[in-house]
Amino acid sequence: MNSVALSNTDLLSAALLLAINGAISVAFGLRLELNLLLASVRMVVQVAAIGFVLKFVFAQSSPLWTAGVAMLMLLLAGYELIARQERRFKGWWSYGLGNATLLFASGVATLYAVTVVIAPSPWYAPRYLLPVLGMVLGSTLTSVSLALQTLAEGIERERGAIEARIAQGGTRFAAFAPLLRRAMRTATTPLLNIISVAGMVTMPGMMTGQILAGADPTAAARYQIVLMFVMAGAAGLGAFAAAFGGVLLLSDNRHRLRLDRLAPFASVR
Amino acid sequence: MLRIDYLSIAGLPPLSFEVAPGQCLAIEGPSGSGKTRLLRAIADLDPAEGYVFLEGVERAEMAGPLWRRRVRFVSAEPAWWAATPRAHFSPAARLDRLLATLGLEHLNLDQPVAQLSTGERQRLALVRALADDPPVLLLDEPTSALAATNAALASEFIKFQILAGRIVILVSHDTVQIERLATARLHLSDVVWPAASESAAA
Repeated sequence: MNSVALSNTDLLSAALLLAINGAISVAFGLRLELNLLLASVRMVVQVAAIGFVLKFVFAQSSPLWTAGVAMLMLLLAGYELIARQERRFKGWWSYGLGNATLLFASGVATLYAVTVVIAPSPWYAPRYLLPVLGMVLGSTLTSVSLALQTLAEGIERERGAIEARIAQGGTRFAAFAPLLRRAMRTATTPLLNIISVAGMVTMPGMMTGQILAGADPTAAARYQIVLMFVMAGAAGLGAFAAAFGGVLLLSDNRHRLRLDRLAPFASVR
Repeated sequence: MLRIDYLSIAGLPPLSFEVAPGQCLAIEGPSGSGKTRLLRAIADLDPAEGYVFLEGVERAEMAGPLWRRRVRFVSAEPAWWAATPRAHFSPAARLDRLLATLGLEHLNLDQPVAQLSTGERQRLALVRALADDPPVLLLDEPTSALAATNAALASEFIKFQILAGRIVILVSHDTVQIERLATARLHLSDVVWPAASESAAA
């Protein structure tokens, strides 16, 4: 497992390529150079910080530190999820549903991956748990956010049809079934696309990283395959929990449609 | 017997009244006075304080869907959840007579709902509401989109439902229809808070 270690000089010479990008922006008046600079500085700080934090946590190898970092990752993902929602739930549920879904879907998939599939010793070894959680959170975030968005958009458009079915004596589950199905379908599609083109069109980033770090490509492929399945499981669970939870929130135990629980449109960044 | 007890609709004092089987209560009032909201509250489609009893059973004593199978709200703008009319009915439903009384006997139940005229859809909504024989009908402007002859057919149809012993609450702007069908009338602009009438006088 030997690979060329990168020195600070190497980083600087790579940054030269960014300078080309900046030069193009200046030459053609794209006015992107400031954004480019800020984004790059931000990226360097973020990635370096993660490197140091992970190095520290790996050195501790304490379940408490691992759990702490995992919690932080979940909270950041939850924040990102809320920021992406165009139409949010009112009050506490706005955060509650998204975070609970992320925690549930990512937690189940990640724990299964590190306790049953990869099973390092100890199973909570941060070197395995945290990267898996990171990838799983990424795919869960996409599916949960798509499920909630489809639901919120659809409910506005299909309000009449849903209420007609409820007025006719249908349960909320019967009334919401078409929308629920569509939300889950939409939420699962991106992952399906990623899976079907992985290795053909795109070289998955994780596998690339492992190979660059000196791993045997077939071993890297095995990891990639395992992670794809874990991410698929998490995305599916997330889509189901978010869509179902959303339906429960947007209706009550008298099977009434409760659009009053949806906040007005929020500005999205 | 449908009994409404202190039912709270925003902007109105708590309402109490009864409608017996074979009776039709007409609800009148200007737009925005709460006619539709009152019907929706009785059907338990919106949360509302107060009590609604059907044959002595309060709505909270049974599941929401079960209540709405008995207390049927028919919207002024009926919506459709499936592509064809037929998909909105149970396969066992006997629709021929309902369709014929509303002048829809030639309607192709397998064509897309979107291809029906507004009037056909409104009459079809009445058929849908009656298909499973609910004892209570809450009709919100049931003939608003109908041409005169079809509106007369629909009025006749509703009259028949009242004579057959259904409890009907009717919201309508058509005074002739109200004269013909209603056994009692409730004017929502007449029911005001005592405080409101005092300040209006002052």
